[in-house]
Amino acid sequence: MSTVTTKETQDLAPVRTDSLAALLVAKERPPRPSAWSASLTFGWRAILKIKHVPEQLFDVTAFPIMMVLMYTYLFGGALAGSPEEYIQFLLPGILVMSVVMITMYTGVSVNTDIEKGVFDRFRSLPIWRPSTMVGYLLGDALRYTIASVVMLTVGMILGYRPDGGFLGVVAGIALLVVFSFAFSWIWTMFGLLLRTEKSVMGVSMMVIFPLTFLSNVFVDPRTMPGWLQAFVNNSPVTHLASAVRGLMAGDWPAAEVAWSLGWAGLFVLVFGPVTMRLYNRK
Amino acid sequence: MSQHTAGLAIETAGLVKTFGETRAVDGVDLAVPTGTVYGVLGPNGAGKTTTVKMLATLLRPDGGQAHVFGHDVVREADAVRGLVSLTGQYASVDEDLTGAENLVLLARLLGHAKKPARERAAQLLEAFGLTDAAAKQVKHYSGGMRRRIDIAASILSTPDLLFLDEPTTGLDPRSRNQVWDIVRAVVAQGTTVLLTTQYLDEADQLASRIAVIDRGKVIAEGTKGELKASVGAGSVHLRLRDAEQRPQAAEVLSRVLDAQVQQDPDPVALTARLAAASGDTAAEQAARALSELARTGITVDNFSLGQPSLDEVFLALTGHDTQADDAVKNEVAA
Repeated sequence: MSTVTTKETQDLAPVRTDSLAALLVAKERPPRPSAWSASLTFGWRAILKIKHVPEQLFDVTAFPIMMVLMYTYLFGGALAGSPEEYIQFLLPGILVMSVVMITMYTGVSVNTDIEKGVFDRFRSLPIWRPSTMVGYLLGDALRYTIASVVMLTVGMILGYRPDGGFLGVVAGIALLVVFSFAFSWIWTMFGLLLRTEKSVMGVSMMVIFPLTFLSNVFVDPRTMPGWLQAFVNNSPVTHLASAVRGLMAGDWPAAEVAWSLGWAGLFVLVFGPVTMRLYNRK
Repeated sequence: MSQHTAGLAIETAGLVKTFGETRAVDGVDLAVPTGTVYGVLGPNGAGKTTTVKMLATLLRPDGGQAHVFGHDVVREADAVRGLVSLTGQYASVDEDLTGAENLVLLARLLGHAKKPARERAAQLLEAFGLTDAAAKQVKHYSGGMRRRIDIAASILSTPDLLFLDEPTTGLDPRSRNQVWDIVRAVVAQGTTVLLTTQYLDEADQLASRIAVIDRGKVIAEGTKGELKASVGAGSVHLRLRDAEQRPQAAEVLSRVLDAQVQQDPDPVALTARLAAASGDTAAEQAARALSELARTGITVDNFSLGQPSLDEVFLALTGHDTQADDAVKNEVAA
């Protein structure tokens, strides 16, 4: 190891202090980037990371395929008579469930990234403070879109036929990605709050499993006991699953869409400021 | 703003940062003139990095005040960020990205448009001799290359104040000299540099004024000359041909140099610590001692002139050496 380093150092081209001096001659500084531009630049960073470590797309490709196949064939016969019939009901729901589950990786990556020296540099830059976090989530939004397209493709192969057509499907995915972007602020908060990657993962599981399973993703809540119905019918995941299901079926369910966006707004308003407070103190 | 003194890049008064029970920075006063390299010298854990982090707006001070070019680091943090650049103790670039991507990313964040950002990145990679490594991920860089890309990232827009936090720790001598060349080039263009280091040698090479910091406090401050005078000019190490001549040689040295002479464990070796007060340089004093030894008929096999080490500086300034804290900890643990 050390011999390699030494060799590399010796092979290095020398520093050219003359051209360096020319570069340093005080130039007028460009104006600061806008909040949106800085966020997009951080989003670009997230995409570069995917480019260098493509394995990290595993959770938005293999995992969603597994979810669709598993639940379609596991519950299909029992709940709807056949997997082909069940998938008409299940696909939008399992799409919502999988993507909402995938959001929790955001917390883990924030947690591991924040410990690195590069964050000190980001935090010493004169930019809009939340842009680092927004950039993360923009990169993640791309991941959510990939997961959605993968699942939809698998679903179509298995026999899912959305009545809402192309427009309905795009609207459904768009709503899901917007909701997930907003929901991810919970994970950025945990990523900054908790000390280790493992604890972030543990807490995320505790939140995500009840939240996604206790919903109308798999079955109609009417068969559930009253106290559970009360929770399920008011869960943001239920509203989102109904909205996406409706959009993809071509129903344009205004109330459910409004509920989903309302919850999304609430997540950003509550967890966004908490995240930024933690970020500034880190 | 009102307390700001013209011509100062950094001005702090009673700066304090505590972590739990520990007072990491315990009342630091600094006055760093614009356009110079200011050295902050101290051992590990002295509070150097914490001080830098407060000045770069990464940590909020728990007490005291700090101004950077007249801007309060807490109330006007954003204005401060617009003037400073930070090169941390550990490579503060993204290790997963390539060298070129890192520079373009940071140039974009500083407001450069796409094309100028790419141009500036390419020019800096060229000047830093990193063109061949531009497309390699930084995690595959050697220590010297990391330092270069790190400093390059800090001067994408020429900063008014550059923080260099232990820029050569862990580097081989060759890479260290190259970092020094870069620092000199940066200062020559008018940027003020705050350099933290564990090495007196490095502060000596680069800084015009030095603050020695220990346990969160500034224990000495001044020009290089003032600081060195306070700790002595260094020491002369001698190896004699004949061990029997050592007592006589020690007597000659203490007479000629008016110095403390220490007989080393090696029976033919001895060390004389040179007095600071003498008007002569260490080399002149050593030459005088050697000719006197030769005249007395003592054969010297080998001799060397040592700069005062950081340990000696600490011993002289604090009465405890840089390892003392560790020693205490070890005792407690044992």
